[in-house]
This record gives sequence, C-alpha cells and structure tokens, in this order.
Amino acid sequence: MTTLDKIFENKKAKVIDIQGGQGIKQRLGQMGIHTGDIITMLRYGALRGPILIEVHGSQVALGRGIASRIIVEEVE
Amino acid sequence: MRIALAGQPNCGKSTLFNHIAGYKAITSNFPGTTVKYTETKVRINGVTCHCIDLPGTYSLTSGDPAELEARRHLLSEEVDVIINVVDASLLCRSLELTLQLLELEVPTILCLNMMDEAQRKGIQIDAQKLSNLLGVPVIPTIATTGKGLKELFTEAARVWEEKRRGRTLKFSKDIEEIIDQMVSILRSQSIHAKVPSRFLAIKLLENDPFFISEIKRSENSIDPIESLHERLEKIHGVPSDEVISSERHALAMNLFEKVSTVIHPPRRDIRIAIDNWVMHKIFGYLILAGVFYGFFNFIFGIGGYIEEPLMEFFDRWIEGFEGFLGKESLFFFLSKGVLQGIAGGIAIVLPYLVPFLIGLSILEDVGYLPRVAFLMDVFMHKIGLHGKSIIPFILGYGCSVPAVMATRILEFPQHRFIVSILTTMIPCAARITIIFGLVAFFISPNAALAIFALNILVVAISGKILSTLYPEPGSLGLIMEIPVYQLPPLQNTLKKSWYRIREFIVIAWPLLIIGSALLALMEYGGVEKYINWFLSPLTHLLGLPVSVGTTLIFGLLRKELSMIMLTQALGTPQVLTVMTKTQIMVFTIFVTFYIPCLATIAALWKEIGKKGAFLAILFTLSVAILLAFVTRIFLGVFIW
Repeated sequence: MTTLDKIFENKKAKVIDIQGGQGIKQRLGQMGIHTGDIITMLRYGALRGPILIEVHGSQVALGRGIASRIIVEEVE
Repeated sequence: MRIALAGQPNCGKSTLFNHIAGYKAITSNFPGTTVKYTETKVRINGVTCHCIDLPGTYSLTSGDPAELEARRHLLSEEVDVIINVVDASLLCRSLELTLQLLELEVPTILCLNMMDEAQRKGIQIDAQKLSNLLGVPVIPTIATTGKGLKELFTEAARVWEEKRRGRTLKFSKDIEEIIDQMVSILRSQSIHAKVPSRFLAIKLLENDPFFISEIKRSENSIDPIESLHERLEKIHGVPSDEVISSERHALAMNLFEKVSTVIHPPRRDIRIAIDNWVMHKIFGYLILAGVFYGFFNFIFGIGGYIEEPLMEFFDRWIEGFEGFLGKESLFFFLSKGVLQGIAGGIAIVLPYLVPFLIGLSILEDVGYLPRVAFLMDVFMHKIGLHGKSIIPFILGYGCSVPAVMATRILEFPQHRFIVSILTTMIPCAARITIIFGLVAFFISPNAALAIFALNILVVAISGKILSTLYPEPGSLGLIMEIPVYQLPPLQNTLKKSWYRIREFIVIAWPLLIIGSALLALMEYGGVEKYINWFLSPLTHLLGLPVSVGTTLIFGLLRKELSMIMLTQALGTPQVLTVMTKTQIMVFTIFVTFYIPCLATIAALWKEIGKKGAFLAILFTLSVAILLAFVTRIFLGVFIW
C-alpha cells in the first residue's frame, strides 16, 4: 500500500482509503473518487505541481497534498 | 410554467440554454462559469415558459456559494419542472445529483446530454430502462448540435401537465428506518419547512448546516434528531453524513450498471495527444506563454491598425466643428464632447474589445483555461492561493465584474476574499485599451508589455501580502475537473462575445458619451478647475498635468472614460504634444491599479461585503499611488 502521489505515470491504482474529514471525502466524491475506485495516473505537474488522474472516464487535477492523503494499492 | 436547468458543472447546460435562448447565458468549457443564474422565455407548443439556467452543482449538499445559489433557487417553490442535464459520458457520477434532485419531489425530466461523447467512450445507455427505474422521462440530446432539444421541451411541458414526479430511490433498510423515524419526529413537531419531509430528514442526517440552523431557529428540540444521528453512526461506524453519501454513491453505481454497457474501450483521439504537449512539464509553459503573447499581439495588431485612421477621422470632424461653430461657443463644447464620446467608444470597441472578447471566448470554450489552472497551480501556491484562482484572474482581463463573481468557484472564503481584491487590479478590457491606446500607441508595444509584466508582479506580491495577513487554515489544495477539449460551435462563441460586447454598447457607451459631454460642459463652465485643484496634491505628487485630475474621477464610473476624458481634458488627441512619455507611463500605471470602477465595487460589496469592498478601494489606491510615484522617479532618473 502506498499513497496516490507515489504511483508512477500510466499506472493504475485502487483507492483503499481517504484520510481526512467529510469535507475532503465529499469533494473527492463529487469528482468520482471513492474508496474502491480505480484511478489511472496520467501525469505529474512540474516542480511538485498537481497530478492529473483519470477516474471513471473523466480527468481530475489534484494537488500533491491531497493525493498524499489518498491511500491506494497499485493494480495491474 | 417555470423550468429550471440543473446539472453538474460542464454538462452542457448553458450550451443547451443558449440554443433555446439565443444570446443570454454565458457558457464556457470550465466548471462554474454560470455563477449567477440567467433566465429567458421560451415558447413550447404556443405556451410561454420561463427557463432558468442554474449554476452547475456537483451535489445539493451545501458547498460553495454557486451550489448554494442553485439549491436556494430549486427550493424556492418557484420551479415547476426541473430539467436535469446530465453528461452521458459521465453518467455514474452525474446520477448522484439526479438522486438528490428527485428527493425534491418536483416534476423532473432527465436530459442525457453529450451522447456523442458517450459514444466515443464506448458507453451505451438504455434510456428507456433508466426512465423506468427513475420514474421520469429520459431524453438523449446533443446540445452542441441541438439534437433532441425539441423533444426535450415538449416532454418537459407534458411532465408539468401531468405533475409527474419521479421515484425517490430507497437506501439500505436500516438507513430507511432511521429516515422514517426522522420524518415522524419532524411531523410530530409539525416542522414542514418548505421542503419535502424526506428530503429534510436526509439533509438533517447529512448535518446540513443550513437546515440544522433552521430547526434550531424554530425553537424545536434538536435532541431526538441528534439521537438518531448517533444511532446511525453507531451502526455504521462512520459519521452520518458519510453514511448517506456512500449510500447515494452505491445507488448511483447500481443504477449505472443496470442501464449502461461498455461496448468498446474509449477511442483514443487526438485530444489526448494534444494534452501531452499542452500539459507537459516544460512545453506546457512554453505553449502557455506563446498563447498569451500571441493573443495580445493579435489584439494590438488589429487594434492599432484600426485605431489610427479612426482617430484622425474624428479629429477632422472636431476641427470642422470648431471652424463652423466658433471656438468659444457652448454648442461647440457640447458637440465636441459628444463626438469625442462617440469616437472613444468606436475606437475602443472596434479595435480592441471585439478581438479581445472573441479571443477570450474561444480560449474559454475550447477548454484551455482549466489546463492553465493545472500549469499555474504550483506558482499560485507560492502566493498562498491555488490553481483555480487563475481563472478569475484570466476573466479579469475581460471585465472585473464577472471576475469577482467567478471567485465563487473557490472553496475557501479567505481565498475568495483575497482573489476578489486581486482581480480588480488585473487590467480589464477597458484598462487594456488604455494601455494599448496610450502606451503602446504613443511609446512602444514593449512598454505596454512591461506594464503587463509589472502588473503580474505586483498582483503576485499583493497576493503574498494578503494571504499572509488573511491565512486560510483549512486549505485543501487543488481538486478540479479537467474537461475534455470541445470544438465549440462557432455560433456559440460568437453569441457569447456579442453578448459581452452588447453590454459595452448599451451600458458603457452611452455613459461614455454623457460623461464626455459633461466634461466638456464643465470645461466650458470652469467647474473642472475646482476638481483639478482638489486633486492637485495627487497630480503634483505624480508629476502629471493638473488637468488630468478630472479624468481620474470619471475613471471611477468607467475605466475607459479616463482615456477618452484625457484627450478631452488635454484638448487634443495628440497626447505626446502635451504630455511627456514619463507622464503617459505614470498616468497609465496609476489608472491601471487605482480604485475599481463603480460596477466592480458593487460586485465586491456583494461578494465580500462592505468591509471587503472598502479594503479593496484603500488597498488598490495605495498601491496605485506608490507604483505611479516610483515609476515617476525611476523613469525620470534612469530612462527619459
């Protein structure tokens, strides 16, 4: 298990848990990110900028801080 | 009949609305552009209906102000039919909002928009089955081409006539039991509110601050409600709002799986290849710089080409009047004022505003702005904000009013406060015209670019100062959807630009002409001398001609008045004959930064309150005086 910000580009990961209060869970939920969802890492921004992921067919940009609070498990 | 269009950001609501309305709603390929709702009248089968375009909302749980605005409207009992617009290619996520809308128990119709996009992704949706499951009509549409819209509105009228409400889908058994108990408590306390009791019960379980405070205000005991909360939390081991939201997610997933099949993997198209460049770590920034450099050069190229002959043309007219009417006559002053107002409007609108607004609309509609937010996030963090804040800034280059309103897309009040104040310092189209029309025209295009660069630097430093003074404790960082690129229907983009240009023509231009005439009359009557005298400490400090004092006052009404008034006040459009290059730079820098125009102050007042608006005035004025003074000294000593 690791956190989303440590997944390599073009790898897929499954969300195990989201650490944080209802606020962050709700906002991520609105973007289609929940526990159990499969996320594809698309790219990293420059200089520790945000990451770009794909989830359920839509693209979402996440700050590294938030990504590090999403516990994931890499899947093939 | 009143129809409300509700849906998640970027589902094509506004495009759909534009299709039926013509010119009204502003659409763009960016989440959260409709921060205020727009309204239009449509005729369906000979019946006139009001149609409202609500801001996009991901859910009905109170989040940012745009969501609250949409929810307030939906709950106001003024809506007869809800058209829930859904991005068919993101059906699963979108259904979570649909489920919440159905809880409102208002006649509803589901519009499965962007069917073409869903097809590209290989998703096939059984609309009939979805309709059966939800108990509402489901109409597939493609708003960009107008496909299915006629049927949509005919069906909406029928739903309204039949007063057909959808089905509220049920959660798990134990949760439903608690909801039932909550409903009976609400009934026994005779709390009706204005919303269905099941909806209210769910909202209370979700800890919705708005409804909880409503209950508290009604002097009813909150204890039984809280004990239900505790029970729910005990059963599931997580906070009650989380229980409800994960239930809703599960329901949406379940629905989605029942009605859709993936027939082929998403077709990879050129848009992904484009993003490989546009969002690239290095090339992304080069492209960004190129796009904006090209953008401003394009505007100046067109503007400069048109402005010069136009101004000469009007000058000849004014000279003609002077000879014809006599230099000292009241009528000459008046007609000179009016003519200069008209000339100013044409010289601004045609050359600069039109290409600017069309260009901005294209960038918006194509979906480039969220990519800019992605690229700029890391830099925005350096000034204590995050990437999304770049959007109000970019919109600010158009007009400060929508920019201030666009701060509603930001989640945190402190960010909204800071960004609202900062966007007013971004030169709007009117001020850009001044920068182009004075500095680029009389000095050099590079000098104009230097002002833009200085502006960005000052905004960044101000951002740092303000975010240190008003830190945001709970800031989460960026969470933002990056929509797919759209080739917007050209018609849509032109309509939007025209709507914005029309705003200038009908509101600002008459003001310009009146203002210009008024200034001419003041000049004739000698009143402006007093104003200039009153402002002379400021003009002296900045080393400007005393006669520009009045123009600064007019600039408070509309920024473009400052320039038109300048030629009026100086008595000649050949500014260089009466002002030095340094004075032109100082004047332009002062006008770029000082106090926002009246309309912007009103917007600030509404968004961040009286104190915020007052602080913005004070802050921008101090920055303007300081910068203009430093410019005067610096240019005086080192350059000219």
